[in-house]
Amino acid sequence: MKFQIEDVTVYFPYDHIYPEQYSYMIELKRALDAKGHCLLEMPTGTGKTIALLSLITSYTLSKPSNPVKLLYCTRTVHEMEKTLAELKLLHKYQLDNIGPSARMLALGLSSRKNLCINPDVVSAENRDSVDAGCRKLTASWVRALAIENPNIPTCSFFENYEKAGSDAVLPPGVYTLQDLRMFGKEKGWCPYFLARHMVQFANVVVYSYQYLLDPKVAGIISKEMQRESVVVFDEAHNIDNVCIEALSVSVRKQTLEGATRNLNKMAQEIDRFKATDAGRLRAEYNRLVEGLAQRGNLPLGDTWLANPALPDDILKEAVPGNIRRAEHFLSVLRRLVQYLKGRLDTDNVEKEGPLTFVNAVNSHVGIDQKMLKFCYDRLHSLMLTLEITDTDEFLHIQTICDFATLVGTYTRGFSIIIEPYDERMPHIPDPVLQLSCHDASLAIKPVFDRFQSVVITSGTLSPIDLYPRLLNFNPVVSRSFTMSLTRDCICPMVLTRGSDQLPVSTKFDLRSDPGVERNYGRLLLEMVSVVPDGIVCFFVSYSYMDAIVNSWNETGILKEIMQRKLVFIETQDVVETTLALDNYRKACDCGRGAVFFSVARGKVAEGIDFDRHYGRLVIMFGVPFQYTLSRILLARLEYLRETFQIKEGDFLTFDALRQAAQCVGRVIRSKADYGMMIFADKRYTRHDKRSKLPGWILSHLRDAHLNLSTDMAVHIAREFLRKMAQPYDKTGGGGKKTLLSQQDLEKMNGSEGIMF
Amino acid sequence: MTDAQVVRRAKYKSSVKDHGVRGILKMTKERFVFMPNDPSSSIRLNVEFRLIKGHKSSKEGSNRPALLNLTQDQGNYIFEFENFSDRELCRDFVAKAITSSGEGGGPTSEKAAPLKDEQLSSAEMERRIKLLQEDSELQKLHKQFVMGGVLSETEFWATRKKLLDVNNSRKAKQRVGLKSDMIFNVKPSSDGQSNRVTFNLTPEMIHQIFAEKPAVRQAYLNFVPNKMTEKDFWTKYWRAQYLHSTKNIVAAAAEAAEDEELAVFLKQDPILAREIRHKIRKVDPSLDMEADEGDDYTHIPGHGLATESGKDELEAQYEPFKRSFLQDINRHAAVVLEGRTVDVETRDTRSVAEALATCKRVELAKEASDVNVNQERLTRMAEMEDLQAPRDPPVAPLCIKDPRDYFDSQQVNALNELAGTRQLKSRMSTSEAYGSLRGFISEIRSLGLIDPVVRPEVAVKVFNGLTQTISSSKYQLGKNPHESILDTLPTVTKDELLLHWTSIQELLKHFWSSYPITTSYLYAKVSRLKDAMSQIYPKLQEIKESVQSDSRHQVSLLVQPMLQALDAAFAHYDVDQHKRSAKATDKPPNGYV
Repeated sequence: MKFQIEDVTVYFPYDHIYPEQYSYMIELKRALDAKGHCLLEMPTGTGKTIALLSLITSYTLSKPSNPVKLLYCTRTVHEMEKTLAELKLLHKYQLDNIGPSARMLALGLSSRKNLCINPDVVSAENRDSVDAGCRKLTASWVRALAIENPNIPTCSFFENYEKAGSDAVLPPGVYTLQDLRMFGKEKGWCPYFLARHMVQFANVVVYSYQYLLDPKVAGIISKEMQRESVVVFDEAHNIDNVCIEALSVSVRKQTLEGATRNLNKMAQEIDRFKATDAGRLRAEYNRLVEGLAQRGNLPLGDTWLANPALPDDILKEAVPGNIRRAEHFLSVLRRLVQYLKGRLDTDNVEKEGPLTFVNAVNSHVGIDQKMLKFCYDRLHSLMLTLEITDTDEFLHIQTICDFATLVGTYTRGFSIIIEPYDERMPHIPDPVLQLSCHDASLAIKPVFDRFQSVVITSGTLSPIDLYPRLLNFNPVVSRSFTMSLTRDCICPMVLTRGSDQLPVSTKFDLRSDPGVERNYGRLLLEMVSVVPDGIVCFFVSYSYMDAIVNSWNETGILKEIMQRKLVFIETQDVVETTLALDNYRKACDCGRGAVFFSVARGKVAEGIDFDRHYGRLVIMFGVPFQYTLSRILLARLEYLRETFQIKEGDFLTFDALRQAAQCVGRVIRSKADYGMMIFADKRYTRHDKRSKLPGWILSHLRDAHLNLSTDMAVHIAREFLRKMAQPYDKTGGGGKKTLLSQQDLEKMNGSEGIMF
Repeated sequence: MTDAQVVRRAKYKSSVKDHGVRGILKMTKERFVFMPNDPSSSIRLNVEFRLIKGHKSSKEGSNRPALLNLTQDQGNYIFEFENFSDRELCRDFVAKAITSSGEGGGPTSEKAAPLKDEQLSSAEMERRIKLLQEDSELQKLHKQFVMGGVLSETEFWATRKKLLDVNNSRKAKQRVGLKSDMIFNVKPSSDGQSNRVTFNLTPEMIHQIFAEKPAVRQAYLNFVPNKMTEKDFWTKYWRAQYLHSTKNIVAAAAEAAEDEELAVFLKQDPILAREIRHKIRKVDPSLDMEADEGDDYTHIPGHGLATESGKDELEAQYEPFKRSFLQDINRHAAVVLEGRTVDVETRDTRSVAEALATCKRVELAKEASDVNVNQERLTRMAEMEDLQAPRDPPVAPLCIKDPRDYFDSQQVNALNELAGTRQLKSRMSTSEAYGSLRGFISEIRSLGLIDPVVRPEVAVKVFNGLTQTISSSKYQLGKNPHESILDTLPTVTKDELLLHWTSIQELLKHFWSSYPITTSYLYAKVSRLKDAMSQIYPKLQEIKESVQSDSRHQVSLLVQPMLQALDAAFAHYDVDQHKRSAKATDKPPNGYV
């Protein structure tokens, strides 16, 4: 359908549109017009992504003189693929309706591991081996050698791509990662470098958060993007955690040992070069005198991760004299590693700020703040000079330099915490030094500064006023949309008691109570016999899930559950979990029915949809609080209280409830879908907890469903499922329309101002 | 009749305890004769069945003797056979002989002989009788041909095997799936006094263990029985399970270092790992979390905050021994979902293991990676179902106005194709053809017949089409389906026509199925059939002439195809006969080729 929002003609690839999608577009358009940032919360299952994509592309089409580039950030690769698939649909519709002028280039960008098509390289185990394998074949010095000596292997795809030169372009279209690989295979060009190159010309780029937020990557990938771009962070309820992760580093004994090994290896290399090719080291020295800015002129295959967190003037500044010479730099690193080793060797928990730490480093081993700050770039320059291709071997020293640079750059918002052992396992010595970032706004600040519009959107952004404070920005639009439902297709319940009327909770003192475990087990057992198809269960942590599954196994509850449905479990092994999910879907498809056990804050809760028959019921066992005794969390809470005046309790509850809402929100994908949600913990009845749930769940949480026991919940579930099985009128019938056609929209535009 | 007599090796015993005398037992319809191997032995028997009043036999069991006791008015004869099948054969024969001699005392009874052509279980017999009762047409045919001696009972039913085992096949199709329970996850029973524990393994459990743990299966094939006994094998297996349940990885690793066989059970399954790597490539991209692994940076050691998962880092040497109960659950569910891949009823552990191993190989060979499926799935997932008009399922309605048109056109196609292949054939050399044939055979051997020769849907369609033409020519030769010419005919003529039609069909079916004639038995059958058909031929002519002139044309239209079919059969018979006599002169007499 095609309709008008003020001066923009919006092309929407479906015959109908939800009213909330329409108002979402209106708000989004206002934010774009104002060239400002915005924060939009819209329930899951109301088609956020397609509304967003179709408005922004239509906006660009209507203003051909000033095209807006869309940078769409997703958290996971599969969400990236899904987004691109939706965009494909939209693009096809636009082409059909407008013709060739609607053409655009959209592509997904990922790491070499997901894009490489060279069979020898891509078969490697992990991302770093793939990266290193690629460098071994494509680094400029390797290729130079290969010209003289044909026995040195190179990558034919990269060579072909280089040979094609400026002819190597992607024709307009929408490319998922798979499409890119196919295109690359067809042409014999390397899809990774092709995509990297095409990013500058693309109208829409879909990639991971890290490509914008992580300073180590953002520098090379995103530096070319113009200011007139719209940046979208989808599913952004966890964005503060992503930002914090991007700037945090932890150092363990193994890291330091590895770093020492790396340093020895590099020292050998330096000696070798001194003997054979001393000129190279001298050239590097000269380059460093001129400044790091030169780095931009390095050949394509050699580009290294840069650090945009550094102010621009530092980039142009010369590297401090005392680390310019390779052997001097190495000895600085050796001293740093030695110092860190000494710090790790402690019996007490220590906590200090970056300033104190830098001063201590300076007084003990004589490394000043400026030297620390340059470590990361200096290391990479050295690795280039030494022609190191097996970069995956040198991760440890990179971690150390990463740490040094961060500690040397920031004076506030961080703390350094040294723990000799894990609080939960005090008998196992496991010393760790963590540089933890407390301020999410640090990592995202460059993004807000650089791009004219940043859209932060998710199904759960409640309370919506907290995010601007956490991320330190001023949105021009900040709105939370409710969901207009044709029928009550979601049924949230709070279960507080088991059938024996004893309270259930994952509170610390009740958690390992066998009565609670049994009651949780009985609840699931009753539900598997009532609910068809798929059921998803979320536990508060891996360790709790492990314990409760073992206990259910011993008491025979697991066996009884298995008689009704197959059981699949998320483990910490991603491959295993992926296969388990795949099998879970198969089991739901074939009608056998299955239960999926998962963990709140886990990978599954973050990004997998359990829509339609893949999830008719989701049970949240307990309140997913963070581990409150963690020193990092405590330090962050302290920082939040001091800087943003956010109370500890409030933040913890907010954080737990957004995770819970995120978990249960996975079951709804459209208004035709339906699902039940059980919050199984007595603490959910309390108003301070419950009120932090997003509005679209709260509005369906009836008072009668606030204090249920297992048998009552089973009764409600039966009723609900029977009601949902009846046919219904999709457009919402008489009262309020929940599905709008083009005519409806035109009518609404006629009587503007009444509806919105 | 093939079983006019039965000759078997047996021992004659005067009493059950007696050692017995080895010899040959020969039974004819009238009498049985026992000749001892030792010609000097005095025991020779020659008894008429008339005198035998009854027979008893011992129960079947693995270590019991196969005894048959023929009772007489005075005394009895006890024979011990080498195996039970011999005994069964003789017992049945005796039973027949006794009844026939008891009934008429005559040498043979016409009725019983053809019926007892094969060894029939009573259930089988009942089913046949039931079928005959249910279907009067079948009963008529049976009466006409089997009782009339044209066809034997076996021949008659051989063409109706489908009819007979309808029930069986229905039973067989619904195979029992795997149980959802993790039955092998059993707890040992302990006697409470010593530290000894006992595990009870059933074939079902072994099947499940082998299916879920390919490494154990492989180890079984490798070790048993060459390296260790089956019992030792399972003892080791449970020992390993016990070590896992203690969750003491260090202890497990220590034990594994000492005992390499035990290590197989303790380590992670390499076969499984390979399968997983294979499968992960084809996983639905909308849930491929493995791809994320390569995309975000959080997995680099030391990056980000230390999370829960980072805590249990173990030294590398223990890594292969890490295994969790949760993994077992996932694996179990995956196997259950795949379903029972082998249908081995046997209790032999080795054969179960082998069957599972082969079917896994076949599966892997079969799987062809299809990217398009995933792409399609992704697009489907991306769409929002209720924002758009419901889609019709992608089916084209089948619309054939006149089935004959379809089949005529198909026939032309088939003929063309046939001509094509013939040309092709002539171009191919013998060795090439042989090579390709061998290739096909070996392929079929390794893979099994994946696709039936004809797809079942097509087969059903063609079959329906054909039967429709048959019934239409039978009932409605005219264009108007409601007005059949048969109805206009007198009932007698109509019934007669239908009867002839079915009997001709039956005879022709047998006739054509007997070609090429390879045995003398078939030869005899064909001539019998030919005689029967030639009896029907004049009857048809009679009918044609007997009807009144106004419907004669239509009747002749009806009769014509029957006559033609018969003529074709006769012609074929004659040609074949001619060839045979020509061959017989220059070929050895058994050259029924």
